[in-house]
Amino acid sequence: MDSPFPHPEHALALYRTMARIRAFENAAEIASQGGVSAYGQQATGTVRVRGPLHLSTGQEAVPAGVCAHLKPADYLTSTHRGHGHTLAKGADLGRMMAELFGKATGFNGGKGGSMHIADFSVGMLGANGVVAAGLPIAVGAAHAQKLQRREAITVCFFGDGAINRGPFLESLNWAQVYRLPVLFVCEDNRWSATTASGPMTAGDGASARAEALGIAATQVDGNDVFAVHATAARLVDEVRSGNGPRLLHALTYRVKGHVSVDPAAYRDPAELAAALATDPLARARTACTRAGLTAAAIDAIDAEAHAEVEAALAAAAAAPWPDAAAAFTDIQTTGAGQWH
Amino acid sequence: MALSIDTTTELSYAEAAVLALQREMEADPNVVVIGEDVGRGGIFGQYKGLQQRFGDQRVIDTPISEAAIMGAGVGMALAGLRPVVEMRVVDFALCGMDELVNQAAKNRFMFGGQGRVPLVARMPGGIWDASAAQHSQSLEAWFAHMPGLVVVSPSTAQDNYSLLRSALQCGDPVVYIEHKGLWGARGPVDESVAVALGQAARLRTGDALTLVTWGKQVHACSEACDALARQGVSVDLIDLRTLWPWDRDTVLASCGRTRRLLVVHEAVQAAGFGAEIAATAAEATGCRIARLGAPRIPVGYAAVLEAQSRVSAAAIATAALQLLDQTVPA
Repeated sequence: MDSPFPHPEHALALYRTMARIRAFENAAEIASQGGVSAYGQQATGTVRVRGPLHLSTGQEAVPAGVCAHLKPADYLTSTHRGHGHTLAKGADLGRMMAELFGKATGFNGGKGGSMHIADFSVGMLGANGVVAAGLPIAVGAAHAQKLQRREAITVCFFGDGAINRGPFLESLNWAQVYRLPVLFVCEDNRWSATTASGPMTAGDGASARAEALGIAATQVDGNDVFAVHATAARLVDEVRSGNGPRLLHALTYRVKGHVSVDPAAYRDPAELAAALATDPLARARTACTRAGLTAAAIDAIDAEAHAEVEAALAAAAAAPWPDAAAAFTDIQTTGAGQWH
Repeated sequence: MALSIDTTTELSYAEAAVLALQREMEADPNVVVIGEDVGRGGIFGQYKGLQQRFGDQRVIDTPISEAAIMGAGVGMALAGLRPVVEMRVVDFALCGMDELVNQAAKNRFMFGGQGRVPLVARMPGGIWDASAAQHSQSLEAWFAHMPGLVVVSPSTAQDNYSLLRSALQCGDPVVYIEHKGLWGARGPVDESVAVALGQAARLRTGDALTLVTWGKQVHACSEACDALARQGVSVDLIDLRTLWPWDRDTVLASCGRTRRLLVVHEAVQAAGFGAEIAATAAEATGCRIARLGAPRIPVGYAAVLEAQSRVSAAAIATAALQLLDQTVPA
């Protein structure tokens, strides 16, 4: 069942966030084909986006619905599948594309790429190449916020695969012991790389594990952006009010393979078809038009997002590479220059 | 323990660290301590009295969660704090390796210099008498291998005071390896003495050979130098103090003069940091080199087994004489 429809302005803003993520992921997917040797493919060496690229296509409703409630001072930690979180937190789309291209104008000056996207200026403390690695960093950041009596909170995105790593337990326990202002968001896309998460997970999953530690957990249809938005509003408010951590378990689906060159031939086509039938953008569009918004207004958002991404692709292609000397900067101050 | 002092006083290695922390915590409200048992002073007394002085919001007792302790330290540092991350012993720090190696060490570079991770991870190393294989390791070479990390190994109370302060001020992630066997070692501590990271200490001056070491092995090497002096062999003894960045200028200048280098460490000799120093010295100066470390065996429990991993003063003196093509006196 669909959730109550928000104010039309909010509805369109949520749709816009999702549309920008979708347009970005689609463009990045195309630009990355032949970019990495895996899944039977060989890297060509001539593509614009090199290396493994983890797409969040089909999962846009979760970051859009959650991050709508965040302020620039709030922190966010992300995963290897972090483009959506980054955009939803307010980071610049063009600089993210430039980073995927490895260009000097990217957020990290070309030092990180897709798996290490970060924009500290908007509180986005980094995607991460290691599953569950963002959780302890998030509780540390939230701990600092509490010790410094800031009003800000930390949101920690992670996947369903992460709940089987030790740092998940350590971090949830830590957050609850110190009553930290952190919202854990399990973005459950059902897949741990090329293995279904369900058969690899004992018990009742993320929510049950959180509740075992006394952390209130709420499950939501992660492909219904308005449901995510409404649920996250309550949880963010509770966390911001000093009630300690909360966990949001958002059920979604990874429409693409583990990385962009993974055809995901290992899964049942019927499962994918069922997931595509619940596509979050299509559902939001339907809800918007049902609420009286015009198709033209929504089409315009799609067109804007497409144009923004096209401009980002062109700018990234034209941008300079980093100087080779940049390989020797931002490593450490103590002992800088001693590389051998 | 008298902590309010202005001049040189005699302190233990542990007390010197407490004093350094006290001074840094007084100077900077962003310095916090996180770790197991720190509120009760730490298992070695290396945090004694600090929670009473600064409260439980700055000296924070934590669950036994090394990954979270180290990872939270990274998050705290990114958010503006300067955490002292207590790992209890270096052997337990292995439970927080992703957080140290993949996160703390790489954060600044990977994110293009957007953030820094000014944390000091204290992880006491070395043989802790009769504590066997999981509480007795010397793993400094692992960390010296990692771009982004500073690695410190003090051998005296004075250096523990001065280097811990430097470590907390430097702004980089620091692996701070105190020796489990030195906590009670007493020595003069002058609060006005600053020791820069990367600066070795030349403890003795000699012509016959250069002897480079660090940590508790400094004391065994000093003993060996006494024995060698009785045979007329004078040694340039260098306490490296910081393993990364290490003080090449001091070491290479000495090797250039003596033409012979012996590196001694408590860690397993194979792939130890002594190999790095010896190779560098040989490349740069053409000097003769020798290394002396533990055999590549786990540290045993029974005294006779444990002894096989110890590098004794007698073994050091023997290695020095062999390097000089002299025989060991009967």
